[in-house]
Amino acid sequence: MSLLLNPKTYGPNFLMSEFNTNNIVRFENVGLRYGFGPEVLQDIYFELAAGSFHFLTGASGAGKSSLMKLMYLAMRPSRGTVSLFGRDIATTPRSELPALRRRVGVVFQEFRLLNHLSAFDNVALPLRVAGVRESELKGQVEELLAWVDLKNHMKARPPTLSGGQQQRVAIARAVIARPRLLLADEPTGNVDDRMAYRLVHLFEELNRLGTTVVIATHNQQLVDRLGHPEIRLSGGQLRLLERSDKTRQSKIKPGGRPIAPFDPEVLDYL
Amino acid sequence: MFFRRTDIALDQDAHARFLPVLIAFMVYLAILAVAGIMLLQHSMDRWNRGISGTMTVQIMSASKSDAGGTDRAINDALGVLMATPGVLNAVALSEDGTLDLLRPWLGDLAGQADLPIPRLIDVVVDPEAGVDTQALAARLAVAVPGSSLDDHRVWLDRLVRLLRTIEIIAMGVVAVIGLVTVGTVVFTTRTGLALHSEAIQVLHLIGAQDTYIARQFAGRALWLGLKGGLVGLVFCVPTLWAIGYFAKAMQIDAISQASLGAVQLTAIASLPLVVALIAMFTARTTVLKTLARMP
Repeated sequence: MSLLLNPKTYGPNFLMSEFNTNNIVRFENVGLRYGFGPEVLQDIYFELAAGSFHFLTGASGAGKSSLMKLMYLAMRPSRGTVSLFGRDIATTPRSELPALRRRVGVVFQEFRLLNHLSAFDNVALPLRVAGVRESELKGQVEELLAWVDLKNHMKARPPTLSGGQQQRVAIARAVIARPRLLLADEPTGNVDDRMAYRLVHLFEELNRLGTTVVIATHNQQLVDRLGHPEIRLSGGQLRLLERSDKTRQSKIKPGGRPIAPFDPEVLDYL
Repeated sequence: MFFRRTDIALDQDAHARFLPVLIAFMVYLAILAVAGIMLLQHSMDRWNRGISGTMTVQIMSASKSDAGGTDRAINDALGVLMATPGVLNAVALSEDGTLDLLRPWLGDLAGQADLPIPRLIDVVVDPEAGVDTQALAARLAVAVPGSSLDDHRVWLDRLVRLLRTIEIIAMGVVAVIGLVTVGTVVFTTRTGLALHSEAIQVLHLIGAQDTYIARQFAGRALWLGLKGGLVGLVFCVPTLWAIGYFAKAMQIDAISQASLGAVQLTAIASLPLVVALIAMFTARTTVLKTLARMP
């Protein structure tokens, strides 16, 4: 089933019936242009329910990264309203935005690890920024690095790690603070298919714990195979492509099977 | 605080080596200027103290025909002086004493009887009493025509004006040093912000408060400022000693007899800290202003 996420076509309340009203992200009539150029995003209207899992797809230059940047508050829209965790970003005082950002985990397209810091320090960064004491964060970071199979590389700097290892450090950094929303921008862009699947399975496990996940990707094979709902960007507008596979659909519902955050079972995916 | 781990690789920047050198030079110049100001103030106070308690009355000698005229005039003047509140003492110099004072300029001519030699009265006044010198001079002129009162203010005021001018110039130098330090820190901080924009963006996006990022730059600037400032202070010690030594050798009393007290020395020793704090607050302000432009 293909649905256009455009209020002009389906009315502004169309998605309210599709998603939980407990929205994590809400875009209303959002438009984005760079400088005086044409709008790369036009009349975007969508809501992401808590615990949902979506792929964001589209051709290169379709605006996937721009949409992601709007969600992780790296940019402001040229028009329209962006709300995160029920807060309108435009009216939220700037001093309160860091607290919102801490609830968002981001896996950047190029990882964006800090090369002068060790893997440990990179992963510890969100906790330090949040003011967690060194004595408290040490155990958490070591446990998570062990979980992503980097126990023996804690002191290694990113340039000495392989692409896959760097990616796992980036993911560990994104999830260490238990975000409510996880955004991954082309996280499978630089890795082979096997690594890409392992990675997405990891996101699925996080989703089962209640984290809302959005993965921007151009790997259509991956999207088709895993069957999560797909939001497709084309011509600056969004379309929702839902799957008929009910087994997969159940994965986007909130409150899935609770598992320990660092359940060794998850390592099977890696 | 100085050795606290930082998330931004500020210690790898070229300006990390450049800033302490510049601050050392600035602190060196600032200490010399401040020490100069303090020495000038010390000299002015000393001269003021030495002179404000004394006055000199000059009595023109009477004509030859009036043998006792000069002594009468001196007695009249002494009478007026001693009756003036605030005058502690007034002593007339003897004729020989006056001649002794003139001998270095006039030689033996000073002793020749037909040369009119004025007589002097040395007056000691209470500096706190606020003696009205103009009124006193007027009373003296009435009692002893031809007398004049010199409170040494004329030449002292000129000297003080000169010293004040030098002092203002020195203060201007200190102000310029402060401005250059602030400008340099702003420039190096902005360079640092540009060099580390990637790390700063990442910190910003994972939820770092602006103050968290600014604290790292400010802490670094404080450490570099202190390091440079202490080097400047260390180099100043032999310089000030050398100035004092040569002033003594050249008999420049204003410098060689002046000394810096504990308060002044403490003020000078704290200059590196002051400059480091200026650097810290400048860096912090610069970072916060720049980050405020981020979404």
